[in-house]
Amino acid sequence: MAILADKNTRLIVQGITGREGRFHTRQMVEYGTQVVGGVRPGKGGEWVDGVPVFDTVQNAVDATGANASIIYVPGPGAADAIYESIDAEIGLIVCISDPVPIADMIQVYNYIRHTKSRLIGPNCPGLLTPGQAKIGIIPGYVATPGNVGVVSKSGTLTYEVINALTESGMGQSTCVGIGGDPIVGTTLLEVLELFENDPQTEKIAILGEIGGRAEIDAAEYIRSGKVTKPVAAFIAGRSAPPGTRMGHAGAIVEGGQGSAEEKIEALQAAGVRVADNPEQIPQLLS
Amino acid sequence: MNLHEYQSKALFARFGIPVPTGKVARTPDEVYAIAQELGGTVVVKSQVLAGGRGKAGGIKVVKSAEAARDAASDILGRLQIKGLTVHQVLVDPAANIATEIYLGITNDRAVGKALLMASAEGGVEIEEVAAHNPNAIIREHIDPFIGLREFQASQVASAINLPREHWDAFRKIAHGLYECYIANDATLAEINPLVITAEGQLIALDGKMSIDDNALYRHPELHDQRDLTAEADSETRAREAGISYVKLNGQIGCMVNGAGLAMTTMDMIKLYGDADGILPANFLDVGGGAQAEKVANALQIILMDPNVKAVLFNIFGGITRGDEVARGLLQAYEIVKPTIPMVVRLAGTNAKEGREIIDQASIPNIISAGSLTEAAKKAVQAVKEGVN
Repeated sequence: MAILADKNTRLIVQGITGREGRFHTRQMVEYGTQVVGGVRPGKGGEWVDGVPVFDTVQNAVDATGANASIIYVPGPGAADAIYESIDAEIGLIVCISDPVPIADMIQVYNYIRHTKSRLIGPNCPGLLTPGQAKIGIIPGYVATPGNVGVVSKSGTLTYEVINALTESGMGQSTCVGIGGDPIVGTTLLEVLELFENDPQTEKIAILGEIGGRAEIDAAEYIRSGKVTKPVAAFIAGRSAPPGTRMGHAGAIVEGGQGSAEEKIEALQAAGVRVADNPEQIPQLLS
Repeated sequence: MNLHEYQSKALFARFGIPVPTGKVARTPDEVYAIAQELGGTVVVKSQVLAGGRGKAGGIKVVKSAEAARDAASDILGRLQIKGLTVHQVLVDPAANIATEIYLGITNDRAVGKALLMASAEGGVEIEEVAAHNPNAIIREHIDPFIGLREFQASQVASAINLPREHWDAFRKIAHGLYECYIANDATLAEINPLVITAEGQLIALDGKMSIDDNALYRHPELHDQRDLTAEADSETRAREAGISYVKLNGQIGCMVNGAGLAMTTMDMIKLYGDADGILPANFLDVGGGAQAEKVANALQIILMDPNVKAVLFNIFGGITRGDEVARGLLQAYEIVKPTIPMVVRLAGTNAKEGREIIDQASIPNIISAGSLTEAAKKAVQAVKEGVN
C-alpha cells in the first residue's frame, strides 16, 4: 500500500513529444513506472522511447486502459489538458506545467469537484511511491521505500528532505508535491487524510511555506484528533518580508496573513513538531 | 504586477465604472495645464506603488492651478513614500464627498473562488477594518461559471445599508468591477473609497489593481504599464533574464535552485546570522539546469548589490548532475571573477563528484560545504571575518 500511485498505476504522458515530456518519460520508465502511452494531437501513431503516442487522451485510454495522466504541456495549454483528462475519466491527473494563470485554475478547481478525477498541481514536482511508481520529476534515487509520508508545497526542498530521510535510514511510503500556486487541485489537508488512512504510512512530514492558509487548515485538522500518526513540519519563509512574492505565485504574506510564524504557532498548538531547519526532520520523526 | 491608481481607474472606466475626469502628469507645468483645464479645486495625487500616500504628504487638495503647480513641484522627483520617489501625479477634480464605501474583489484561496467584499467603512485600509471590525465587511463568493449575479450585488448593497436610490448604480459598478477583474486576469481590484457625492452620484475616487504574473503572457497591452522605477535595476535585469530574484537588505547573496529551497536557504542564514546582524541579501531561484551562462548571469545580478559580502550557492541536483553544476559554477566564476567569499554546497545526484571538481580547482575564495546547515554557518562566518 501507499497513496495515489503504485506499481499497478497505468500512466499516460500529455505533451510527451516536448523536450520536458520526452526527458521525464525516459526517467519515469527507467524508474519502473508503467508508462503505457503518450498524447500529442497530430502525432498519433508515432513512438517516443518505446511508448506509443496517441492523438487524444480518449484514444490513449481506449487503447491502454490508462488510469493516470501526467501533464508536461506549456502553461497556457495546461487547463485544456486537464479538462481533456477529466473528460476521459482519468482518476489521477498530475500537472507539472508552470505558469498556469490563477483564473484558469479557479475554473478547473470548481469544475473537477463535480467529477471523479483528482488533480495534483499545477506547478508541482508530482509524486513518487518509492520502488513502485514515479509520476513527475522527483529524482527517484533520493527516495527509498519505508513508512514516512511526505507532503510538500515545494520542489527541491522536498528532494532535500527525502534525501535527509533516506540518509537517516527512514524510507518513505509516498512523497507528494502539491505545488506552490494559490489554487491547487489537492490540498495539504487532503493528502494528510490519505496518509492517515494508509496502513503503510506511520509518520508524516509536512513541508509548507508562507502564503495562504493551507497549513493552518491542516493544523486545525490535526488538532481535532483526525490525524493519529506523528507529524513533523518545516515552514519556509521566516526571513521573507511581507507583501513580496517569493518565487511561487502563492508564496506571499498578504494583509498580515500567511506568515511563517502564524503557521508554526498553529502547527505547534496541534502537537506537530516543527523544525527550525529541514535537516532536523528525520530526527523529529525518530 | 501592481498597477498605479491612474492605470487602474483607466481600466475601470472601460468597464463603465464612473471615475473622476483627471489626467496624469510628470512635470509641474503639465499639472498646471491640467488643473487649469479642469478648473476649480483639484487634488494632486502621488502615483507610487505604496500605501499611506495621504499620511506621507503625497496627496494635496488645492484651489487653483498655480497652487497645483506648487504642490507638484514639492512632490515630483522629491517626495519619497516608503522608499519610492514620486515621478508622476494624477490631477483629479475634487469631489464633494458625502459618504465613503469600500468595494473590492480578490481570490479566496481557501474556497477557490473570487470574493467580492464591501464595507460601509470606506476610505481606510480594508485590513484595518478586518482587524477591528470584521463584521463590517460583507463577503460574497463568485462562481466562475455563472459570474457575479444581480441578486448578489443587491444582497451586498442591502447588507452595507446602502440607500436604495443608489442600488442601481452600485450594481452596475460591482458588475463592471468583476468584468474588469476577469478581463485583466486580476488578483485584486479595489475601489477605496467608492464615494457617494453630495449630488448623489457614485464615483470610484481611488483604484488599485494587481495582475496575475502567471497570466501576463496573455495581456501584452499591460506590459508597458509596468513601473520600472518601482523595482531595483537588478530586479529588472533578473526579470528580463527569466530569473526569479527579489532584492533584500542583508549581506549574503543567495543562489539556489527552486523557490522553496531558496526561501529555506535564506531562513538558514537568518537562523545562524541574525544574532550578529547578518541576513540574506536576496531571494534568487536560478531554476533547473544551472548552466554556466545562467549561473554567471545570476551571479552578476547578485553582485550588483554593493551590500553583498559573501555568496552562498545551494544547488540540489535532482535531474541535473552535481558534476555538471560544478563545471557550470567554475565557468561562471571565470566569467565574473568575484573576489568575495563564495560558499558552495552541492547535494543530490553526483554531489560528491561535483565537490571534487570544485576542490580540485582550488580557488582561494571558494569554500565548500556539505550540509545546508554547514553552508549557512560558513557563509555567516565568512561575512564576520570579512568585517573584522
